[in-house]
This record gives sequence, C-alpha cells and structure tokens, in this order.
Amino acid sequence: MEYENFLGYFVSGLTRGSIYALIALGYTMVYGIIQLINFAHGEIYMIGAFVALIVSGVLTIYGFSGVSILVLAGLIAIIYAAAYGYTLERIAYRPLRSAPRLSPLISAIGMSLFLQNYVLLAQTPDFLRFPQLIPEIALLQPYAHVVGSAELVILITSALSMIALTLLIKYAKIGKAMRATQQDMIMARLVGIDVDRVISVTFIIGSILAAIGGILVGSYIGQINFYIGFMAGVKAFTAAVLGGIGNIPGAVLGGLVLGLAESLAAGYISSAYEDVFAFGVLVLILILRPSGLLGKAIKPKV
Amino acid sequence: MTDQAEKLLEVRELTMDFGGLRAVDSITLDVSKGEIVALIGPNGAGKTTFFNCVTGIYTPTRGDIILNPPGEKSRRINGLKPNRVTTLGMARTFQNIRLFQNMTVLENVMIGRHCRTSTSIIGAVLRTARSRAQERETIDRSYDLLDQVGLLPFADAFAKNLSYGGQRRLEIARAMATEPFLLLLDEPAAGMNPQETRELDSLIMQIRNAGEIAILLIEHDMKLVMNISDRIYVMEYGKKIAHGTPQQIRANPKVIEAYLGEESDA
Repeated sequence: MEYENFLGYFVSGLTRGSIYALIALGYTMVYGIIQLINFAHGEIYMIGAFVALIVSGVLTIYGFSGVSILVLAGLIAIIYAAAYGYTLERIAYRPLRSAPRLSPLISAIGMSLFLQNYVLLAQTPDFLRFPQLIPEIALLQPYAHVVGSAELVILITSALSMIALTLLIKYAKIGKAMRATQQDMIMARLVGIDVDRVISVTFIIGSILAAIGGILVGSYIGQINFYIGFMAGVKAFTAAVLGGIGNIPGAVLGGLVLGLAESLAAGYISSAYEDVFAFGVLVLILILRPSGLLGKAIKPKV
Repeated sequence: MTDQAEKLLEVRELTMDFGGLRAVDSITLDVSKGEIVALIGPNGAGKTTFFNCVTGIYTPTRGDIILNPPGEKSRRINGLKPNRVTTLGMARTFQNIRLFQNMTVLENVMIGRHCRTSTSIIGAVLRTARSRAQERETIDRSYDLLDQVGLLPFADAFAKNLSYGGQRRLEIARAMATEPFLLLLDEPAAGMNPQETRELDSLIMQIRNAGEIAILLIEHDMKLVMNISDRIYVMEYGKKIAHGTPQQIRANPKVIEAYLGEESDA
C-alpha cells in the first residue's frame, strides 16, 4: 500500500510537472531569443483554456460528443492562443525591441494585467466548470488509484509535444534559424535570416504549447477562472529558472522537478505546504547552481 | 577601370553621424564585377562603420548606397534590413569571429543557405518531395563549400572547436553559402599567422576567379592588400584621402603620412 501511495504521488507529480514544463518552454524559448521574461505567457495559457471551454460548450449544443469535442476545441483553442501570442509580440514587444531591457518587461506585466482583466470583464469573475473532455479509458480502471486516464493523456500529450519541439529545433529550417538567432541576432540577419519572423514563430510555438497545457489542465482540474494564468505562470517561470532559463531541456527538467517536489510534499506532509516546498527547491537549487540545473554561466562577450 | 554598367555596388557621398561625431564623411566608392577592392586606413578611420552602413546594420545619415544585382534592376538599399541586403546578394564577415559556436561546421554553412531555400514548416513536417530535394541540395552545396575552404574533414565538429584560421575560413564559407555576387570581408586576416594569411590570400583569389564574385575587404595586412587588390581606397578620420591601384597608393605621400608611415613593416 505504501508503495502504491508513492506511485500515485509520483504519477500526479509527473502530470503537474509536465504541464509546468509545457508552459515553461514558452518562457524559456522567448527568453533564449530576446532575453525577455514574457510575464503575459500565463495569460495565453488561461485564454487557451477559456476558448476550449467556450468551443466545447457550443459543440455540445450542436450534438458533438467525446473525443471529437476534445480535438476540435483543442485545435480552435490552439489557433486562438497562437494568434494572441503573435499579436502580443507585435504590439507590446516589437516596438520596444531596441529599448532598454526593463521597458519590454514592464510592457509584459502590463499585458498580463490587461489580459486578466479583459477576460474578467468579458467573461466572468467566477469559477467556471470545465467539461471533462478527456474520456475515461476502460482499460485503466483497475489502476485508477495510481494513474487516471486524464493523467495518462496529459503525460502522453506533453511528451509528444516536447518531442515534436525537439525535432523541430534540431532538424527543421526554422529550428536552425531559431538557434542561430539565439546565438547571435545580428549575424543571423547577415546570413539572411528574417529575425522578426523567427521571433514571431517562437511566440506562436510557445503559445501553442501553453494552450495545450491550458486545455489539459482545465479538463484535469475541472474548473477555470480568469486568474489561473497567474499562478501557473509563476510556477512555470520557476520551472524555467530552475532548469536554467533559455535552456529547453532545462525547462522540461525544471517542470518535472517542481511538479514532483510539490506532489510528494503534498502527499507526505500537507497540501497546505506544497508551494513552500516548490519554492524551497528553487531556492536550494539556485544556491547550489545559480544558473539553474542545466543552465550555463553566461560568459561576458569579449 | 570598368564600365558604368558593370558596377555592382555604388556608394555616393555616404555620411554617418553618431551624435556630434562624424564617423564616415562623404565617402564615394564603387566595386565592379570580378574586382577585389580594398578599404584601408588607420584604426578608427570609420571602415567598419562604412561596412555596417552598407550591410544595413546602421542607417546612414546621408548618401546613397546602390546595389546592382547582375541581371536585375538596381536598388537603393539605405536602411534596408540586413537580411534583405543578404537576400539581394551581398554577404559579409566580421572583424571578430561571429560563428554560431554551438552548431556544427556543416550547420553553420547550411544556415547560410537559409535565404535561398523556401521550405515551409509544413513542407518540412510532411517531408514533401520538394522539401527533401531542397534539403539534399542544401547539404550537397554546403559540403562543396566546405571542400573549397578546406574544412571538409571537420564538417561534424562544433564550430568552436576549429582552429582560429579554420574559424575564419568557415566564416567565409558561410557567407558564400548565401550566394552573394559581392562579398564584404572585414579584416579576414586579423590574428592569422603568416602561413594562414598566405592560404587566405589564395582562397580569396580562388573565390573571385571561380564565381565571378566581387570582393570588398578591409585589411591591415599590407602584404595581403598589395598582393590581391585591383584597387585600394584609403580612409582617415572618416574621409577618403586616396584611391588608386596598389602602385599608386604605395607612392601616395598622403597615404604614407597617414597610414603606412606608422607601420614599420609596410
């Protein structure tokens, strides 16, 4: 029984962790390329969840069911979130590209507050029930106390998204352009890369991952409101820093470490203290490895 | 000298101010097809600023930069973004090495082909016949270029692990990968030993002879400049003080005073 408890905590930690990782990737990719902490990233995740909720409501009225709702609502939410991410960069960050670093950071905080309050006014301040879009998998029933179907779907979906991202960055043309832009933006332009386009694509990819996270969490937790982006954003940002900001495998590792720390602390000590442990781990790792688990110390350019 | 029609790059009265400082002052310069033109001058004369204006990193205060791509209509490129300038057919290297250090040697060259291929993300994901053919061609051409600069055996090494001279040659290969008709080299021999400089010398000649590419270079190594240049422009304090063949420049008293006089080995 003891062992099964542990396994249960472990799986739920991995589940949380992979959601954190999905969102953290958006932070870390954007930071890697333009050294900006995109504080409005959590809001993109929240908007993804809201769009999925609205679309699935509409589809239910029209008589769609089960998996088809999940797929359609998911796609529309992804497109919507990508459009938000793209627009966000165009109006709030691109005009400040050559401004001092603090200016886009303040712009990011402003966009975060704006989007939260926009959803608060346009939708509702209340918690909304999120439909259970992920169907129960009959085969898993005997093991439901260890791993639920929602958890399994979350783990598989996030793993697939991360693998797709890795392949994209390693092999695709746009991935090479992203790596080049990250290493030296001026030189990237001089070998003919349209850096503005690369940055737009980075925001779009980050937003897609955040939206996937939003949909998965919505249907896992079962309720959403306009404020969910804030806490998720803080946690994912923590995960990104934990792994070494700017480092893509680092964001995944950081997310998983954070999720496991929270889940094990909640299980063995008390769920009231889970955040304490999450941030305690952050403090500990930053003391021992200031640049994060996989981050490299930045050498000044000579 | 050559006809008006064959001029690939024409710069007229180019001026660049930084606040109250005039870094480049009314420079007029042209480069014709198949030429190697050198731009020399003491440190701080404004040579690199001139390059930065021409390649779109800075927008010049005044003047015209006209690019005449062979077989296409000429364009004024003042203030055009660097990636657009590169796509038009002008590539450059830097004074300090700016390779993508954490990519392989091959990837560095492949990225130079970026603006010459058109594979979309969708095409790459679906691996359409067209995107595969393009990828194949990119790889083949990149290997060819590495062969030309003698880096073929190091194709899979990380750029940061190459020797200094090797990194310099890789920068040239990467610039060549963008298929330029005009190549701008900013101090290509800086920090090289005499052996490496001689190899560079023949590499530059070989590029010019093989591909009908014109070359504009900034260089402090007088032996290299005198050996390979068809024409030389001399700058001092942002102004052009002389222009001519290597023989004329060598004999020009203004140049000797401003520049060569300081160099004991020239």
